[in-house]
Amino acid sequence: MRIPCPLCGPRDRREFYYYGAEDYLHRPAPDAPPEAWDAYLHLRDNPAGITRDLWYHETGCTAWLLVTRNTVTHEILEVALVAGRTAPKPARGRRAAP
Amino acid sequence: MRYSGLKVITEGLFGNTGWRPAWRDPAPKPEYDVIIIGGGGHGLSTAYYLAKNHGLTNIAVLEKGWIGSGNIGRNTTIVRANYFLPGNSEFYSHSLKLWEGLEADLNYNVMHSQRGLINLFHSDGQRDAFARRGNAMINQGDDAILLDREGVREHLPYLDFEQTRFPVYGGLLHPRGGSARHDAVAWGYARGADRRGVDLIQNCEVTGIDIEDGAVRGVQTTRGAIRARKVGIIVAGRSGQVAAMAGMRLPVESHILQAFVTEGLKPVINHVVSFGMGHFYISQSDKGGLVFGGDLDFYASYASRGNLPMVEHVMEAGMTLMPMIGRAKVLRSWGGIMDMTPDGSPIIDRTHIDGLFIDCGWNYGGFKAVPASGWCMAHLMATGQPHEVARRFRLDRFATGHLLDEEGTGSQHNLH
Amino acid sequence: MRVAGKGLVDRSTTVSFRFDGQSLAGHPGDTLASALLANGVKLVGRSFKYHRPRGILTAGSEEPNALVEVLEGNQQTPNVRATVQEIFEGLTAQSQNRWPSLRHDLLSVNDLAAPFLSAGFYYKTFMWPRAFWEKLYEPAIRRAAGLGRLSGRHDGAVYEKAWAHCDLLVIGSGPTGLMAALTAARAGADVILADEDARMGGRLLAETGQVGGQSGPDWVAGVLAELAALPNVRLMTRTTVTGAYDDGTFGALERVGLHLAPQADLPRECFWRIVARRTVLAAGALERPIAFRNNDRPGIMLAGAIRSFLNRYGVAAGQRVTLFANSDAARQTARDLQAAGIPVAGVIDPRPDASPSEEFPVYAGAEVIDTAGRLALSEITIRHKGSVTRIETDLLGLSGGWNPTLHLTCHMNGRPIWSPEIAAFVPAPNAVPGLIPAGSAAGVFSTARCLADGVAAARRALAGIGQRAPDVPVPEAEDGSYELQPLWAVPGKGRAWLDFANDVTVKDVRLSVQENFRSVEHMKRYTTQGMAPDQGKNSNVAALAVLADATGRGIPETGTTTFRPPFSPVSIAAMGAGGRAAGFAPQRFLTSDQASRDRGAPMIEAGLWYRPGYFPRPGETTWRESCDREVAMVRSTVGVTDVSTLGKIDIQGADAARFLDLVYTNTFSTLPVGRVRYGLMLREDGMVLDDGTTARLDEHHFLMTTTTAAAGQVMRHLDFVQQAFCAAWDVRTISVTETWAQFAVAGPLARRLLSGFLETPAGLPFMGCAAVRLGGVAARLFRISFSGEEGYEIAVPARYGEALFRDLVARAETLGGGAYGMEALNVLRIEKGFITHAEIHGRVTAFDIGLDRMVSPAKDCIGKAASRRPGLTGPEREQLVGLRSKSGAAITAGAHLFTPGDAVGRETGQGYVTSVGFSPTLGAWLALGFLKNGRARIGETVRLVDHLRGIDVLCEVADPVFHDREGVKLRA
Repeated sequence: MRIPCPLCGPRDRREFYYYGAEDYLHRPAPDAPPEAWDAYLHLRDNPAGITRDLWYHETGCTAWLLVTRNTVTHEILEVALVAGRTAPKPARGRRAAP
Repeated sequence: MRYSGLKVITEGLFGNTGWRPAWRDPAPKPEYDVIIIGGGGHGLSTAYYLAKNHGLTNIAVLEKGWIGSGNIGRNTTIVRANYFLPGNSEFYSHSLKLWEGLEADLNYNVMHSQRGLINLFHSDGQRDAFARRGNAMINQGDDAILLDREGVREHLPYLDFEQTRFPVYGGLLHPRGGSARHDAVAWGYARGADRRGVDLIQNCEVTGIDIEDGAVRGVQTTRGAIRARKVGIIVAGRSGQVAAMAGMRLPVESHILQAFVTEGLKPVINHVVSFGMGHFYISQSDKGGLVFGGDLDFYASYASRGNLPMVEHVMEAGMTLMPMIGRAKVLRSWGGIMDMTPDGSPIIDRTHIDGLFIDCGWNYGGFKAVPASGWCMAHLMATGQPHEVARRFRLDRFATGHLLDEEGTGSQHNLH
Repeated sequence: MRVAGKGLVDRSTTVSFRFDGQSLAGHPGDTLASALLANGVKLVGRSFKYHRPRGILTAGSEEPNALVEVLEGNQQTPNVRATVQEIFEGLTAQSQNRWPSLRHDLLSVNDLAAPFLSAGFYYKTFMWPRAFWEKLYEPAIRRAAGLGRLSGRHDGAVYEKAWAHCDLLVIGSGPTGLMAALTAARAGADVILADEDARMGGRLLAETGQVGGQSGPDWVAGVLAELAALPNVRLMTRTTVTGAYDDGTFGALERVGLHLAPQADLPRECFWRIVARRTVLAAGALERPIAFRNNDRPGIMLAGAIRSFLNRYGVAAGQRVTLFANSDAARQTARDLQAAGIPVAGVIDPRPDASPSEEFPVYAGAEVIDTAGRLALSEITIRHKGSVTRIETDLLGLSGGWNPTLHLTCHMNGRPIWSPEIAAFVPAPNAVPGLIPAGSAAGVFSTARCLADGVAAARRALAGIGQRAPDVPVPEAEDGSYELQPLWAVPGKGRAWLDFANDVTVKDVRLSVQENFRSVEHMKRYTTQGMAPDQGKNSNVAALAVLADATGRGIPETGTTTFRPPFSPVSIAAMGAGGRAAGFAPQRFLTSDQASRDRGAPMIEAGLWYRPGYFPRPGETTWRESCDREVAMVRSTVGVTDVSTLGKIDIQGADAARFLDLVYTNTFSTLPVGRVRYGLMLREDGMVLDDGTTARLDEHHFLMTTTTAAAGQVMRHLDFVQQAFCAAWDVRTISVTETWAQFAVAGPLARRLLSGFLETPAGLPFMGCAAVRLGGVAARLFRISFSGEEGYEIAVPARYGEALFRDLVARAETLGGGAYGMEALNVLRIEKGFITHAEIHGRVTAFDIGLDRMVSPAKDCIGKAASRRPGLTGPEREQLVGLRSKSGAAITAGAHLFTPGDAVGRETGQGYVTSVGFSPTLGAWLALGFLKNGRARIGETVRLVDHLRGIDVLCEVADPVFHDREGVKLRA
């Protein structure tokens, strides 16, 4: 598996640390109800198909990445910097260059 | 038909023409008392114990593919009761006791082999953590022996004691730990359930769950609608998709775990050996293949296959620990879909929908749990009450903070 | 027997080798199989279950029978394919899975007991009495099962791993692969051509047909010469592409030195990770046998393999040959043999309308129904036109058609498609993104069409990455039709083998259906079909056909089992290359490492680091003596220890303080410049992540320290919080752990040691920090303590670390102090109740460790919300306490705690012990541990039980801080 890091180019999976679903970006307000925190920390759509999840280019540029990919085929559709993110773009539906 | 050595001989003498089907292939009936979604190890054992312990026989097990096609068909077959947190200890202890009587109960040789499991440790701190675990096992009534380096050497003389990156300080020996023949467990439970009247329905995918007024009424399948007042979801890595049919979002993320088997070899490893520093565990099957594995690939996936980084890591761990296996050749690798929870422990609970139950979140330890999971899920579905040894496997424990986090790695699904 | 004028081996040179103790000779270019056949050796192995005599079935890596052990000194390699192992001077091989000898194998009794050993018999027996399974049945089964033996000794040989990148990977160097590589190479693309064979050319080396007016081998040589001369081409022989993975990554095993006598500096194997933008799979096809009674004897061989041995190795595998084949193409075997002067006793062709006109007898519409010959084939029995005839023969060639070598296309879950035209599975389109199957691997079965398909595939592949390739002219070659009448198993009594390697017969498959193991996966698992070393390459399709027949389904509906990596077995040593010994994980060394070793300190693993355990002095014989002295030394004079392993994170920016307020439970924005504060950090789920001190070096400049264990995790966490939640803030973080060497100087004389040393004396208050100079070097000084004594930590750029450590220790020694190690450090911190990751083990909250007051109510922080969950506070929680052995008896970490008088069991457990040390200061065994409602139980007595080590001791529950509870010494 190779992930096209926006800063470093396509790199082997072993350079990256995987955290989990995009949900971790949507931190509830400090006073949000417990259900919101439960959902944030634990509950997952866990789709068999397109998902967005968080990867860290740990032995590269140390950027956190928001990766749009398919959990069934492992196809990577889009990679964006977490720090520079705007509204999520629709998946382009083409395989990233290896 | 009862299996026995005598039967094997008499059938052999008469051309093996008398063996009868291990289970029927019934067409689904329009209604059952209980529907189990998922014909894997846990689903089959649940159906078996519903019939055996609770006298329910109007049960269907609905399986999308073929019986035993999930993780019970692809795992490293380790059976152990070496947990240390109350809530887990009593459950796995119960499961091991069921394993010990499983062949007699099922009249099926699942080749449960209590050859001993050794967890190696590599520092004083790890020794203390394993001591805590071993003492918890004994408090529970199970067995554990703390071995020092020389004690490990007596059992596992082939380890590299001189050069390995993380020297062996000792190990925790769990004599009653061991392995079993995974497919046989599925088939033994399937045959046992079928003999008690359970309908095993293969190639029958559930496509919807019928709910009226907050209560379950049945399921939609690729073979038509089937009614039932009690439905159990027991689908491991696919839990998220099936629960979504009932509008539920689960504390589960599905991940790949790869495992490996070598070509057949004459006996060379007589224990189950677990090397925590390398996330590596190994045993040798009765057919002679070394069966081993490591950690998750670490990314959410339903692909049932993995990638090279973890393959290589596992092999490297094997080479630092026991370089005598270097010339064994890996014959086949495979990947299972693991239903990972945020504390690494499972869920056996009712849901917010009346009559709908769920058994999931086995992370990568589901094989050894097959007997007790079925036992406890059957108890819950039949009586409405959680079984004593599974009472902490609640769906709401993440919200309330009553966690069962053996690894101590917290609310990140892939770290357990 | 060698045939004059045939073969590509170098007949001018002789190579001697040994098999089962017998000295034999062959030639360079021979495999062990070809050399054995040349020497008339037909019996090579014994089968897995019935221990049937077996010979050589194939000429390639798919060989199911001829598996041998290769011996090298005190090492041996099991399950080596004789058809792959090249011979070299001194090669020593022996047969396996037999006892006492290959000819006389006692376990061949299993063959007589076959009626009782049918598929899955073991699931039905060996259950009574229960205790006999582990003691009797299982050991006997284990000894009988398995194939070759490992030596049991460490494999000390050299293995390597490597990476390669290319535009186009071509897998297989037959006609298709060569044309694909040539086309891409001429276009200027970076090409890797990999072939598992020692010599490139594929079937062209084994056939007599012409290509472009030349012999196959000559044409191959010409193409290879052109490819070898191009700088953009890498030719990789003896390299099997073993697995297809995501994004164009392939695993490949190169047999580097296995064809040579072992050499110390030459790797045996190299495992490649090849990253290819596009791939052409030109792996060819595998011939399949036909099942009939006793079809497994030595001397029964695939028809194509017979041609390989004849045309490539110059070996006639028999003297009187018969052929059982269902296609015209396979006849070539008989023609080639006849032309070489080997008599052909008959061709048995099951097709009633098969052409009878040949120079040898053809039995059209006939079938082989049995064979004879105990250790080698002697005759076959055929059924022809209603009568049964016996034919004397010592070599029977089989061909039931060919299966495309499509295995790699299944590695990413691609499901092959049934092609009725060739009665075989072909690759599904786009089964592996970027991979194009071509030639025979795609079901194209003539040389001419393979050559053309290679060109087309390469052009398609390059077009996909925007490169144009010229249309390379395709040479003329054989273009025969491939017409066969599928024949999987000849009906009849007796055992007809499908899976030779695992001894699976047609009867076994039928029995599995009888018992309702009807799904292809059930049949496979119940019979073990396809699970042997050849992974079903020779038998899966036929077994599937038998299953389809027995269930009344068609083959497409029956489906197929999948192929998973590796394509052919790969040694653990090759894929694990580099992991041996210390290579498994990086080793991190302190700058003081050598200085500590010079002082005799044993270095112990701390994560990836090595840290000194203690510094023994003359006369000290146990670690405890040294440890006790070092503890007393720190408490009475001064000690020096290297603390550089602690994580150090430099944090800068106008919002740095605000950032720290978010990641720490307590407040850092109020910390004055020049001061240090202890901070507690939670995970977002409310559990303690780490603790440590952070210094404010300047208004917008902080230096955070983490524990050694959590340094990486904290760095990752800070990067996440910063990039995910405060990307717009002016704050940047970077790890400087290895930039600075840092040493603790602790004890009542610490100040005295430093005051004679620093160029800028610093009268630092407790928890103060300052920039200082020593020996002309800018340094940082922190007044912090992990020992409870007046303590300083001094940091210098790492290159000065060793010199500073030696200097500090020397100065300490003049004051009666010295260096101290991890053991003493641990006792000192236990005496003070300071926690490490033994305590903050991931299940512990700020409440549990008595630090909930550090969670500021005035602000948000990571983990605060989740820490309020009801299960994470209250008297049911186990809370941090100190424990002191009441009798003075030793106590242990990992012990559990009970209320005296209670029964000992899971239900009555009150807690557990995390850290233990003997305190020379207090003359007592002390511990830290967690006890239910512990803070309310200080002063009570608990019972400490360690079953594993036979310890059962009463302890007093105490405040975790045993020493200098008021902190007077710290602040001195």
